[in-house]
Amino acid sequence: MQILQEGQGQLIGWHDPDENRQWVLENKPRDLHDKQTTIAEAVARFVRDGDLVASGGFGHVRVAMAGIYEIIRQRRRHLVLAGKTAVHDGDLLIASGCVDRVEVAYTFGHEIRGLSPASRRMVEEGHCRVVAETSNAGYQWRFMAAAMGLPFIPSRNLLGTDTLAHSSAKVVADPWSGKPICLLPACYPDVALIHVSRCDMYGNAQIDGTMVEDFELARAARRLILTTEEVIPDEQIRAEPWRTVIPFFLVDAVVEMPHGAHPCQMPRRYYFDEDHIRAWMQCSKTAVGADAYFEEYVFGVPDFDAYLDKVGGLKQLHHLKKVEQLRG
Amino acid sequence: MAAYSPTELLACVAARLLEDRRSVFVGTGLPMIAAMLAQRTHAPGLLIVFEAGGIGPQIPVLPISVGDSRTFHKAVAASSMHDVMSISQAGYLDYGFLGAAQIDPYGNINTTVIGPHEQPQARLPGSGGANDVGSFSHRTITIMRQDRRKFVEHLDFLTTPGYLTGPGAREQAGLPANSGPYRVITQLGVYDFDPVSCRMRLLALHPEVSLDDVQANSCFAISVAEDLTISPAPTESERRLLRELDPQGMLIGR
Repeated sequence: MQILQEGQGQLIGWHDPDENRQWVLENKPRDLHDKQTTIAEAVARFVRDGDLVASGGFGHVRVAMAGIYEIIRQRRRHLVLAGKTAVHDGDLLIASGCVDRVEVAYTFGHEIRGLSPASRRMVEEGHCRVVAETSNAGYQWRFMAAAMGLPFIPSRNLLGTDTLAHSSAKVVADPWSGKPICLLPACYPDVALIHVSRCDMYGNAQIDGTMVEDFELARAARRLILTTEEVIPDEQIRAEPWRTVIPFFLVDAVVEMPHGAHPCQMPRRYYFDEDHIRAWMQCSKTAVGADAYFEEYVFGVPDFDAYLDKVGGLKQLHHLKKVEQLRG
Repeated sequence: MAAYSPTELLACVAARLLEDRRSVFVGTGLPMIAAMLAQRTHAPGLLIVFEAGGIGPQIPVLPISVGDSRTFHKAVAASSMHDVMSISQAGYLDYGFLGAAQIDPYGNINTTVIGPHEQPQARLPGSGGANDVGSFSHRTITIMRQDRRKFVEHLDFLTTPGYLTGPGAREQAGLPANSGPYRVITQLGVYDFDPVSCRMRLLALHPEVSLDDVQANSCFAISVAEDLTISPAPTESERRLLRELDPQGMLIGR
């Protein structure tokens, strides 16, 4: 097959499919066992310095924030971030110095709220490097290829642009039509953190609302930490098995973490904490301000439960629930 | 002084472009409220689709994010990005909305970086779904502010394809046939693309804007359509609807 163009971005997260099959054979047990643990233990065990990390959800929606805070608390370094739609999670991980390289589909922005002062500053001052560019579909199909055990997946995006020139994709002639087609290389993150609506102790998980790209990401990542609003009995999973979107054998750790997405939104449960997000965007305009935020909300509290108390406790969480359910 | 704000005008102009019984791929901000306004006025059968997986919602109030639960409120489906990007690639999505930090005469867009990629003067969020929308939609509509830093002859970075280098270039690159830029809406006017040259062309001026204003706010020469029109101002009922859709004034202002 003739290669017409090669993107010059760094290829991150790629494994030969046979190498990854062997890794799966040796590292992913097929038996049902209780995987419940604490977020501190899960991060200590499965997030290593230098890992390629991906976080589930979308923007500020259903993001595994308790896990993100814990990575910062344990001061992981030289992480590579899958900037899929890494918004609040990406901003905090870059600003805290945990991440120093990122492959960007969407990063450095907070959607309608404006650009991210902290993570943009880290890139513009050279503390964090963008090693490759892609698009949202481009990233998600990289996970799709990995989820399918394929070396790449063809697509018709990126073509003709600098995004492709700075990506890890290649362009070939389609052997059937002869037209140029983009090949997106598989991406297997070392570890993914996904926050779900509910799961059992084995990790069989249900997600209310849109899946975004978590179906593919759960299957692409080598290690998968699930945080969940609630752990439910296995019988409840088996009563409606068609609702399982992440089956247990993909999952390495289960952490029950009510309100674990705060200040992000959990569909049908609680809305964005806009005041908290605004406060972060305001104080992170300077490096000193960003550090002060981490001192107060991450290093200054023993765990996520204490953080929830600090951001307003039951009263605030109840308010966010009413807003989400269009009652407040 | 106009009674309406520039944002209200942009939202109304964008909404009126969307035909009934068509589908639209909607991004954060103005595109959302434009699509919602269209649905509440002339296009009740408009199918609204969000990249995080919301398909055909009846949106209660302006969502903050394209993944917000409001994007699948009373929707026909809450699916996934893979699903939405795939139906888009397969040709089911008619209109797609884009924003831009820079645009060139062929409708190519930069949302990645100002200055060199390795040492950026300003790092922007990157493609997000923009490259996908610009690659797959039958007709893309860009909404942006126009000035000489934004309407440029050469982009600092080509994030999302317009007509690339001109006629035939999209197909030659392998992009879906007969897709690409349809309109550009700015605070000054509405542009289409000359069918022969694929270059941007002024189609309508907004009220109280002159041809000189348009050219003074572009680094490249803009030709003018023979049947140049003036954009109708937002009506009272459109303005009232916009306030209902955005009660907190996140976009429209209070």
